[in-house]
Amino acid sequence: MALKIVKGSIDRMFDKNLQDLVRGIRNHKEDEAKYISTCIDEIKQELKQDNIAVKANAVCKLTYLQMLGYDVSWAAFNIVEVMSSSKFTYKRIGYLAASQCFHESTDVIMLTTNQIRKDLSSPNQYDTGVALTGLSCFVTPDLARDLANDIMTLMSHTKPYIRKKAVLIMYKVFLKYPESLRPAFPRLKEKLEDPDPGVQSAAVNVICELARRNPKNYLSLAPLFFKLMTSSTNNWVLIKIIKLFGALTPLEPRLGKKLIEPLTNLIHSTSAMSLLYECVNTVIAVLISLSSGMPNHSASIQLCVQKLRILIEDSDQNLKYLGLLAMSKILKTHPKSVQSHKDLILQCLDDKDESIRLRALDLLYGMVSKKNLMEIVKKLMLHVDKAEGTTYRDELLTKIIDICSQSNYQYITNFEWYISILVELTRLEGTRHGHLIASQMLDVAIRVKAIRVFAVAQMATLLDNAHLMTGNVQRKGICEVLYAAAWICGEFSEHLDNPMQTLEAMLRPKVATLPGHIQAVYVQNAAKLFATVLKNQEGNTEGTAAQETSQLMIDRLPLFVQSANLEVQERASCILQLVKYIQKLQQKDVEVAEEVIALFAGELNPVAPKAQKKVPIPEGLDLDAWINEPPSESESEDEQPKAIFAKEETKHSRPRHTEVDEKELARRREVRKQEQASNPFYIKASPSSQKVYQEAPGVDHIPVVQIDLSVPLKVPGLPMSDQYVKLEEERRQKDRADKKKKEKKKRKEKRSGRGKKHDSGPESEEDITPAHMVDIVTEEMPENALPSDDDDKDPNDPHKALDIDLDKPLADSEKLPVRSHRAAEPLKSPAEDGDAESAASQEPKKKSSKEKREKKKDKDRDRKKSKDEKKKKKHRHEEKGEDLLGSQADEPVVQSEETSEVAAPPASNTAEVSDLDFWLSNAPVPSNTQEAATLPAAVAAPVPETPSGTAPDSEPDEPKDTEPEETDKKSSKHKKKKQKKEKKEEKEKKKKKKHHHHHRHSDGGAEESVQNGTVEEEEEEPLPPMSNYCLLAENSYIKMENDIQGNLQDGSQVVVSVIFENKCDSFLKSMEFNVLDSLNSKLQRAEGSGPHDGLTVPFQLPPVVSNEARFVFTVQSIVMPQKLKGTLTFIVKNEDSSTHEKLDFKLHFTCSSYLITTPCYSDAFAKLLESGDLKCSSVKLEGVIMPFHHLLARICFHHHFSVVERVDSCASMYSRSIQGHHVCLLVKTSVQTVTIDAKCDEPTLLGNVLDEIKQTFSQC
Amino acid sequence: MIKSILIFNNHGKPRLIRFYQYFAEEMQQQIIRETFHLVSKRDDNVCNFLEGGSLIGGSDDKLIYRHYATLYFVFCVDSSESELGILDLIQVFVETLDKCFENVCELDLIFHMDKVHYILQEVVMGGMVLETNMNEIVAQVELQNRMEKSEVSPSATLKDHASVLTSNITVFISLVADLRIAAHISDVASDPNRSDVAVDVVETTDQSELSRPSS
Repeated sequence: MALKIVKGSIDRMFDKNLQDLVRGIRNHKEDEAKYISTCIDEIKQELKQDNIAVKANAVCKLTYLQMLGYDVSWAAFNIVEVMSSSKFTYKRIGYLAASQCFHESTDVIMLTTNQIRKDLSSPNQYDTGVALTGLSCFVTPDLARDLANDIMTLMSHTKPYIRKKAVLIMYKVFLKYPESLRPAFPRLKEKLEDPDPGVQSAAVNVICELARRNPKNYLSLAPLFFKLMTSSTNNWVLIKIIKLFGALTPLEPRLGKKLIEPLTNLIHSTSAMSLLYECVNTVIAVLISLSSGMPNHSASIQLCVQKLRILIEDSDQNLKYLGLLAMSKILKTHPKSVQSHKDLILQCLDDKDESIRLRALDLLYGMVSKKNLMEIVKKLMLHVDKAEGTTYRDELLTKIIDICSQSNYQYITNFEWYISILVELTRLEGTRHGHLIASQMLDVAIRVKAIRVFAVAQMATLLDNAHLMTGNVQRKGICEVLYAAAWICGEFSEHLDNPMQTLEAMLRPKVATLPGHIQAVYVQNAAKLFATVLKNQEGNTEGTAAQETSQLMIDRLPLFVQSANLEVQERASCILQLVKYIQKLQQKDVEVAEEVIALFAGELNPVAPKAQKKVPIPEGLDLDAWINEPPSESESEDEQPKAIFAKEETKHSRPRHTEVDEKELARRREVRKQEQASNPFYIKASPSSQKVYQEAPGVDHIPVVQIDLSVPLKVPGLPMSDQYVKLEEERRQKDRADKKKKEKKKRKEKRSGRGKKHDSGPESEEDITPAHMVDIVTEEMPENALPSDDDDKDPNDPHKALDIDLDKPLADSEKLPVRSHRAAEPLKSPAEDGDAESAASQEPKKKSSKEKREKKKDKDRDRKKSKDEKKKKKHRHEEKGEDLLGSQADEPVVQSEETSEVAAPPASNTAEVSDLDFWLSNAPVPSNTQEAATLPAAVAAPVPETPSGTAPDSEPDEPKDTEPEETDKKSSKHKKKKQKKEKKEEKEKKKKKKHHHHHRHSDGGAEESVQNGTVEEEEEEPLPPMSNYCLLAENSYIKMENDIQGNLQDGSQVVVSVIFENKCDSFLKSMEFNVLDSLNSKLQRAEGSGPHDGLTVPFQLPPVVSNEARFVFTVQSIVMPQKLKGTLTFIVKNEDSSTHEKLDFKLHFTCSSYLITTPCYSDAFAKLLESGDLKCSSVKLEGVIMPFHHLLARICFHHHFSVVERVDSCASMYSRSIQGHHVCLLVKTSVQTVTIDAKCDEPTLLGNVLDEIKQTFSQC
Repeated sequence: MIKSILIFNNHGKPRLIRFYQYFAEEMQQQIIRETFHLVSKRDDNVCNFLEGGSLIGGSDDKLIYRHYATLYFVFCVDSSESELGILDLIQVFVETLDKCFENVCELDLIFHMDKVHYILQEVVMGGMVLETNMNEIVAQVELQNRMEKSEVSPSATLKDHASVLTSNITVFISLVADLRIAAHISDVASDPNRSDVAVDVVETTDQSELSRPSS
């Protein structure tokens, strides 16, 4: 007994682990289910134990069984238990199991909230990581609401590993809890510029995913993404961004114009196929969005088509597939450019790969013309015969019909040919698209009057051979065609050669096996045919023939009267009575044919499918109000084309009803007549009496089935469409010959021997005349039809909830819910709370928040810097060969990046502009950079660290030791300039307004507004926009503005960005930028050029366009400010003349421009100050009337400092020069006086910097 | 978004499934069967994209797959993903597996489904691409494994198991000599990974390496 217990225990000690389970299952191949069920029993035992290791093991096994399809939801609670283990090993198992089998309706999920929250704030990053990963799979609206704030805090975690996961999971949170989007968005946006490429990529990923569904809300991010696109070298990020732009361009054509150039450059430069492909795709999207043109449109299209051709011709099937896919997008707007590649696409139709064939089919749709339609369809018909697999064949069938019927049968010249194609298609086996063919037949027969004779003949043959379609069970779908055939034969029976034969065919007993709705059509149209037959028979010879026909009807109709289908039954009994009555009349020798015919008289007009919907409601009509007392009978007419033979209609059209209520009926009749007139499928029923001639079904009625299935079924008497191709060819030749004759008459001498060449020569569309005089009746629409407003959006789409305006200021009510039991601290804002929490809990987190703050302070310059770092990193990555798309792929991009330091590619400068409208307008604005700096920062953080100041940018000519040379020229030009200035000012104003907006927004959100002891006044005055770009020189042709920034990587380099703005209406070209080098500073010139050669500006300027170029200077000593004289030479080109012009300028290298915004922690800062290596200096500013945070912001912005710490009216600031000098400031303010105590290891530099700061503030 | 990731072998047996939207178990199996049916009938030299999976996703979705030796790696993605990008991602994933398992073969995936999941979690999270840098992925996986090892050191396991045993075990410890138990011990003790080759002679194909795509 005891032994047994011990054995049990030991057995348990060696419980099966996952590997044992797998092995066991593999060893029990025959009775797997049985084995697994015993295993599950074991697992249940294990789960009952208290030991967490055993439980975890059991849960792990359950995860495996789940994969095999076993429902393990019964163990959900145990999974939660394992998730809450303190050990990472078990926790991970638990979360994995949860992510595999939890879903929204798993009730134990409620229990996990606190556990997950605990894990999210765990000191162990992998606990947090595992929780995030798990949560991403089973997040519910409740979890999302409760945890949104915690996750948002994690977005600023110190570890990039956590940051990127937190950023990614936010997307899931948004989906489940849309209210969180607006509060979290600023931080998400901030993560776009995270120093870690992984985090950045995650943020791009999330925003792209969001923007794809609701692009218009994300348009304002376009400049930011543009910047990323021109700076990033990570192909993953690039692809995402480029895809995103593809979604944005349709909303903003101006964006497209901006994109074309950089994208084209990428297309040319990249060797990564994935990137190339996405670029081409987006260029296509751009081209589609730009309705009317830029002049170089066709070049872009040509480039795309040409690149795609290369893809399609590639031996790699994947590229071929994608090439075709993209080609089909071009096709929609630029069919001409694709049509020239018809050969290639037809070739792809023969590909062995079905995916590729389908894509090629899609393309064919747009490539047909009147000329080649028959040829292409012929080719497709061949494929239909060859195709194995019904899906592909059905696809072919629909494509053939699509191609032929597109734009109102525009390309069909010969409808006989088309009808015979349709008839040939009915011979397809097992197609699902019978109704499609049927509706085409109906449509053509109704709308093309000239074809009716032919169509009716064909349909009659079809009806005669109906057994071919109904015989085989597999061919069920195709019998829909009989519906069309019967209707056409009935409606247009006057065209039938032998209506009697068709009538018999329609009354065969076999018809009873057809689906009900088809039988109904048969019965109804038999009546119509009957009318026609009567008329023919009464006209000639004696009445017996007519009576025989009536008898035939009376004999056959009872079959339908017994039908199980109500519709058939009803129609059949009506008609049967009618025929009996007619027969009675016939026996009295009364001529009835005329009257019977009258039942079906009248022409039918086709009505557009949505016509009924579009009838406008007349004014004053309330459709919901009762007109009379409760409605006695419904008068609603079914306008759906499929619902044929509405019961009331047929009843009302009977003449007998006239007796009832004369007036009322007359009115109704009038209404109905109108409706009938516009309903193509309205068919009138007829009662009549007739004599019937009895004819027993003879042997010749028994169908002889042809069973030669290896050959496509050929029904005798049906013409093959191929004949038409030949005929058509002959006809066209004849036409041409005729024409030629005419031409020859005109100019005999010129044309003598060109006859045969003409055959192969191109033929313009107009040359091809239709074979018949076809009158394609257009579909009728009601007068005053409403414009279509089809809203096809799926109301269940979760993304609908995310259609949220992200630019609106954040309201108090929108703040994320915060845990209430933490409410000891005042509830300010979620972010604050989160930060306070994290700050309280741990030291490392404190650091993170500091980092955050520093990041905010950093301006676009800093971003550039960090990006440079990233770039470098990426270089290294590449060397390791880990870039997923191949290191080659990046090479070209990287190279262009490097060159851009010397001279930015024309487009990249624009990336700095941020305000969308501003950015999109081509007009150059001096405050570009400042805009870029303020906007994102303002949204992300309203704190004084925001890089903005009060520099009035309406006067960009802030004198900064530049000597603007104004040479007055023609007055007209002057005027223009003025106008432009005014415009600019207007824009400026608008922009300012926007700024207010953003500030309120961020204040409301109060995101991170309190950080690390920096106490804020609640309502900060908004910061006015600032710019570091100052006027360099200006004349009547051109204006130059510049900004100088240090290069972090190279202690001896500064980059001068110059915006060139063309102010005149001539073309400026051959611009050359030259500077007289000093001993200390030298312009970096291209290799091989002499010390006095100028640098060519890498672009030309069309009128009123601006662009930016960057020039690199090397400097030796940076302690003194310095001026360099320079000249810009350029050619002004008018329509008639071109003149050489030059503009002198003085570049002013301030000491501040050698400083680089560098974040510094307060502890490091304190150490630095204590070290005693620094020299002291101080300066006092009097009469400064601006808020302290403005003051700080100005120092930050103009002099590249960052705030280390701020307490009330005192702040410490830090910066570093490109050569590594530390500069520390202590800024104090008291009533209008600001004292700045400064320390630096280089006194001269410090003195100069302080002078410059002083100057900055003396100017305002 | 990635809708689902499926790994199954040439016979359609699932080796790893990951759905980023919820499906009941039967539905999941049905999807696997359908996907296998679609993918397996395609030659190796046709393109790796496939439309027309009827069970998962809508018209917006594509199946992107790669076939390595005995395994199919199938990603079902919507149009926000770059087709070629996902193909590369699969390659990254497989190469990562190769690094983590050292010449990965189907058997590794069979016996260590959990580990494969952990690796996948570092590549794709909640249907979105998390990391594409292989070294970074491997580093994170290894760090976590190291952590697991430090937690579940031999002594720790012993302690865990010891708590299961009742106190009177010592009295009967000699009974461990019981043949059946001994056999069991040897079975468990042997390396599950490689020793399985003997057990699984039937499926020798499992052994072929995956690192090169078969196409």
